Amino acid sequence: MFNNDLFTFLKPKNELEQTSEGLTVEYTPEIPEAMWVKCPKCKSLILTADLEATNKVCAKCGHHMRLSARERIAMLSDEHSFEEFDANMTSSNLLSFPDYDAKLQSAKHKSGENESVITGTAEIGGYKTVLGAMDSGFMMGSMGTVTGEKITRAFEYATENRLPVVLCTVSGGARMQEGILSLMQMAKTSGAVKRHSDAGLLYITVLTDPTTGGVTASFAMEGDIILSEPNALVGFAGPRVIEQTIRQKLPKDFQTAEFVEEKGFIDAVVPRKELKSTISKLLKMHR
Amino acid sequence: MSAFDKVTIARSNNRLTAIDYINSLFGDSFFELHGDRRFSDDKAVIGGIGMLRDDMPVTVIGLEKGRNTKERMERNFGSAHPEGYRKALRLMKQAEKFHRPVLCLVDTSGAFCGIGAEERGQGQAIAENLMEMMTLKTPILSILIGEGGSGGALGLAVANEVWMLENAVYSVISPEGCASILWKDPSKTAYAAECMRMTAQDLFKLKVIERVIREPKTVESKMFDSLRGIIASTFERYGEMSTQELLDNRYNRFRVLGNNVSPFEPVFEEEL
Repeated sequence: MFNNDLFTFLKPKNELEQTSEGLTVEYTPEIPEAMWVKCPKCKSLILTADLEATNKVCAKCGHHMRLSARERIAMLSDEHSFEEFDANMTSSNLLSFPDYDAKLQSAKHKSGENESVITGTAEIGGYKTVLGAMDSGFMMGSMGTVTGEKITRAFEYATENRLPVVLCTVSGGARMQEGILSLMQMAKTSGAVKRHSDAGLLYITVLTDPTTGGVTASFAMEGDIILSEPNALVGFAGPRVIEQTIRQKLPKDFQTAEFVEEKGFIDAVVPRKELKSTISKLLKMHR
Repeated sequence: MSAFDKVTIARSNNRLTAIDYINSLFGDSFFELHGDRRFSDDKAVIGGIGMLRDDMPVTVIGLEKGRNTKERMERNFGSAHPEGYRKALRLMKQAEKFHRPVLCLVDTSGAFCGIGAEERGQGQAIAENLMEMMTLKTPILSILIGEGGSGGALGLAVANEVWMLENAVYSVISPEGCASILWKDPSKTAYAAECMRMTAQDLFKLKVIERVIREPKTVESKMFDSLRGIIASTFERYGEMSTQELLDNRYNRFRVLGNNVSPFEPVFEEEL
């Protein structure tokens, strides 16, 4: 019996395309190239301008489509307030893992980012905070050494400067091309979170679809306050791995944010349109 | 010996399990403690207190696979549920209170994947262990004795030092999982094992572990005498540190991993 517990295979749906990593990426409409896009859930046609206004939430069915890290930061931070840390930090192929260099190149090209997380300082509703967002377009938000390093540095900066941290997670889990060094990022980031916590500072996590594997088993679940977007997949092992292990069908809504909230592991499921105001309110309560 | 040969040895049914180590290192002094005080007693995790030396009580926690079919069923093949990680943390906090060092023995293919495990927060349980172990105010030593399967192993391996038996393995995913996700080809399992650098020798080179423990061809009590000796002297050395030094040591150990790694030579599949 083998448990590939830090890796998740997301159930392929019609709207999902399989990547070479075996993870699935939701087709997110490019704005503003097309005038109309189809909601992957309810199939209704949405004017791109409307979709932009709702931050990619379908007005008909409320489906939350994935946002890139940049889109998320733009949505949460006050205008022009975001100052990025370590923008040029980039992974190298430490283990000489086959095809990893090419994969990194294509992830950079596809996402326009250098790593699977963006960190920096920002103001949210006027409150200065360290803000980070992961990007599903970069190797499905997998956690490599640089991902861990950027998150660790962000927490260390926040501890030193007595700032709260808001971190938006999306991840298929650890990045197996970096082997054990990827796993070690779970311990490293958790250490930095603990020091920030012991300094009496606030950490809010925002779980977005999907948050799984090694990210769930480290900083995603370590927030003082854990928020999630509606219907996001949140779990340790992916649904397909679980089905293969236990050889039975999973209950409906298993591992949705609402399910995880009911089980007691999420403080609140917050719709995207209320996310910024909710975070501002919480920051105010912890001034 | 190839990396996959080591995987096979590490998983072998004849291999010593955590209970064997506990019996050999602590003898009759071991007193087992059960339960997480929240949900149940997870038998994949065995924990308690034992006298490593006459003057050295130690909290020992092991991931136990079981030594025969009946035991393996009972122990869930060493795959713990959240309550197993919570039991481990409870015993570690108890060790901190009574200033006992903590010895963790790791042998698992991974944390259990199942409905109950998810419902009771497998991810949260491991995450909490990683955080709390980082600042536990007593020395921690983790020894990988067989399989070190991903987050399920790491949940007991945030320590001042991590050691491995020479034929133990430690990886982020099983080689089977890696081959199937990356190449959709189970015949590439041995190649995946090589590429991931999961042997004790490679992990020593990566500075992920501090010590590789030689395995004699036949089990001798001598091996356990010398192991007991180096464990005790390690705990003494860390015991002399101030709390701040001890915690900085643990934090910095993980903080620098992945920096200053000298690149590995690529693995060529045709050579395997």
